[in-house]
Amino acid sequence: MFRRRGDRYVASLAIDEVRVLRKVASEVVGLLTDGFDHSDPVVCRLFPEVYPEDAAGTAEFRRYTEGDLKTAKIDQAGAILAALPDDGGGEVRLDAEAAEAWLRALNDARLAMGVRLEIKDGTDLGAELDDAVAADPSSSRVFQLSVYAYLGYLQESLLNALIE
Amino acid sequence: MGGMAAPQVAPVETPDTDEVPAPDRPWVTIVWDDPVNLMTYVTWVFQKLFGYSRERAEQLMLDVHHKGKAVVSSGARERMEHDASQLHAYGLWATVDRS
Repeated sequence: MFRRRGDRYVASLAIDEVRVLRKVASEVVGLLTDGFDHSDPVVCRLFPEVYPEDAAGTAEFRRYTEGDLKTAKIDQAGAILAALPDDGGGEVRLDAEAAEAWLRALNDARLAMGVRLEIKDGTDLGAELDDAVAADPSSSRVFQLSVYAYLGYLQESLLNALIE
Repeated sequence: MGGMAAPQVAPVETPDTDEVPAPDRPWVTIVWDDPVNLMTYVTWVFQKLFGYSRERAEQLMLDVHHKGKAVVSSGARERMEHDASQLHAYGLWATVDRS
């Protein structure tokens, strides 16, 4: 988890955490580059229809804003990749600007996973995880739910360090 | 959706945003509840983007959470679209509508 140290935000990450963060940040970048498709529910959540009842208005809005928004999201995911240790576990040290980019990027990754995992209001993550383990402990759902929970924990610790 | 914005606009006293008559502030930016965003994060985003006090930002976040949506800013259409795209950059689910 992140703690504030002077004007830096510091976390000591195990090798598995570094791998997971590299994977999810790369997946967000992939989603925004190669596979960009408005009919994908994840893309739809990251780039919401600004006028839900006005397709032409939404298209016009996207024409002017979507390029910048996409670039911003790729850059913030890139801020995660840039700050991770190259090899193995280690310390991540962020200045305030990088910390904010991390917050937004962790949020994007959680939104993407939340859509895929069908997280709803009131979803009990612990119970979901128990059910998934009972069904098949080696399933991808078990792994994805654990990662989702981990990202929320990490995001909250960074946010708390930032606003304390 | 008619009328959903106006009555809920002013959770806290904010004279220069909410008391101007509709013709001068014809559009609103709405943030919708979603199951993923952390409550503390949403509050932080409102403070960060709009310069709202902690109290006002928290009240807006609670409105989003409990009522399903809240009006977070109002004004000219172009400004609301700017606000919405900023909110999208932070991952909030924002739309623009007539007030």
